[in-house]
Amino acid sequence: MTFDLEFFNIGYLDTLSYRNSFVHRLDPRIKIIVSFIFVLFVVSFPKYEISSLIPFFFYPVFLLTAGNIPLKAIAKKVFFISPFAVFIGIFNPLIDTGTLYTVFGVPVSGGWLSFLSILIKYVLTVSTALLLIAVTSFPGICEALERLKLPKVFVIQLLFLYRYLFVLLEESLRMMRARDARSFGNRGKEIKTFVRLISVLLIRSIERAEMIYRAMLSRGFRGEIRVLRRHRINVYDILFLMISVTVFYLFRSFHLVNLLGETFSRVLR
Amino acid sequence: MHMADALLSPAVGGAMWAGSLGTIIYCAKKLRDKMDDKMIPLMGILGAFIFAGQMINFTIPVTGSSGHIGGGMILTILLGPYAAFIVIASVLVIQALFFADGGLLALGANIWNMGIYPAFIAYPLIYKSIVRKNSSNTAITIASVLSVVIGLQLGALSVVLETKSSGITELPLDTFLLLMQPIHLAIGLIEGFVTAGIVIYVRSLRPDIVENLEGVKTLSAGVSLKKVIIALGVLAVITGGALSWFASTHPDGLEWSIEKIYGKPEIPDKADSIKEAIGKLQEKTVILPDYSFPAKEGQEEKTPSWPAVDTGTSFSGLLGGIMVLSLVILFGLGIRFMSKYRAKT
Repeated sequence: MTFDLEFFNIGYLDTLSYRNSFVHRLDPRIKIIVSFIFVLFVVSFPKYEISSLIPFFFYPVFLLTAGNIPLKAIAKKVFFISPFAVFIGIFNPLIDTGTLYTVFGVPVSGGWLSFLSILIKYVLTVSTALLLIAVTSFPGICEALERLKLPKVFVIQLLFLYRYLFVLLEESLRMMRARDARSFGNRGKEIKTFVRLISVLLIRSIERAEMIYRAMLSRGFRGEIRVLRRHRINVYDILFLMISVTVFYLFRSFHLVNLLGETFSRVLR
Repeated sequence: MHMADALLSPAVGGAMWAGSLGTIIYCAKKLRDKMDDKMIPLMGILGAFIFAGQMINFTIPVTGSSGHIGGGMILTILLGPYAAFIVIASVLVIQALFFADGGLLALGANIWNMGIYPAFIAYPLIYKSIVRKNSSNTAITIASVLSVVIGLQLGALSVVLETKSSGITELPLDTFLLLMQPIHLAIGLIEGFVTAGIVIYVRSLRPDIVENLEGVKTLSAGVSLKKVIIALGVLAVITGGALSWFASTHPDGLEWSIEKIYGKPEIPDKADSIKEAIGKLQEKTVILPDYSFPAKEGQEEKTPSWPAVDTGTSFSGLLGGIMVLSLVILFGLGIRFMSKYRAKT
């Protein structure tokens, strides 16, 4: 049941997001914006680029270590989730076979380079997305979205979705357990049974929504929920934004890896 | 299939984000005008239901492997296009953050690919035109299968076009299509039958749910097709623009490598690379230099920003790469150490 475990990892990321550290305390708006800019910078590299991407590992590593997030939690997700990018990228070495490079006498084709580049970009962008949620609580994200002027309906039902996610997950786990207890091997997993199970789950969910709505009405709900605003942008936030964007820009425009490499190989000579 | 950041270019990813964000705002406006308060908890719960439902697996008839639902069409049938689009977007937000499906930039593309087609194409044009209030089960089945299949085909086609116009993959368009479309046809057929099964079964148990909700979403009838078509047109132009832009700055992989192998005057001696770097500084003061429009014919040969692909630099490149990587690791260990040290004191 690896799939279930994957799902329950949500709970784990959720607990991580309530830790207290410098990056946890940053304003969620700033973290979202910086992470988005980071991804834009990373994907802006042309397809054969490898070495210039390496300095960009600074950002995820910073979030990971400053946020005191266990490396294993993130690495496992990055490497074991079947990535579409890898599936598509693997065709590059087969098609693009012209030699671009010779490393210690071994010819390297353009396809392998672009594949490697896709892999690096994949690791960078995916780990950043995971780390963003590991250092920012989900209500924090919702608060940021609301203050970034996304529609209220969107933000409020996103909060609802998240709140009831765990409740409904348990409900469906109970149903699965009941099904497994009544069936052997693959029996009980036919489409027909599945359709009925999921329909029942759907009906229960809708009934629950009706109950929640009544409960909300009796507590004075009038079509609007005020999202708690906990954060305020302070000096640290501004500094974090400015420094990280400047650093990304420098990494993007100066070939740090080559400069270092050349200087050192000259020293070695 | 979730699109990934690593396959997107900033232009394509940005265009898709603009399209999806615009649609979310448009849907929210539509909802605000006519919505029953009841919809807010319902939307949230149905979003959570999609996750919970995806936990329950079933055996796929022919292959015997295990599958789970996607759920976009079910949401649209129950909630109507506007609310459903918002819920689908929220489900994808959570998937992008917690499951690392895709990533932050690709989220825009994913919302577009999996939201627009079921909600604004398949539902109003196909499902609504077949299913009426007291339609037979057969009609529901035909409508669901058709609309899910068409929705998924369009979604898969968009994935192909987005990837192609980002210029990262070497896959030729036809092979790529052959890879994507048939798989999604199979997925679509199964998903379509499951969707029909759910609608029919829920209707037999609680007819009021299917019909009542029809009442809630009064707005569903008049999806303004004109706006959808205009949005699609704008997107096509943007993507097309991005595509040609890329075609000009980055010749495709094979051409490029041939160009490199069969002499073109190579970049001058590496000895004065620093000087060259300074010389390039001016060029680099533009944000994302590779994405500026190609200026002159002569300059274009220099623009592919991959510097100096000759064997001499490969060594220093490797060395530099290892050094930077170790710096990153040291940096990380340093922060870890510092925070532990601080925790102790």
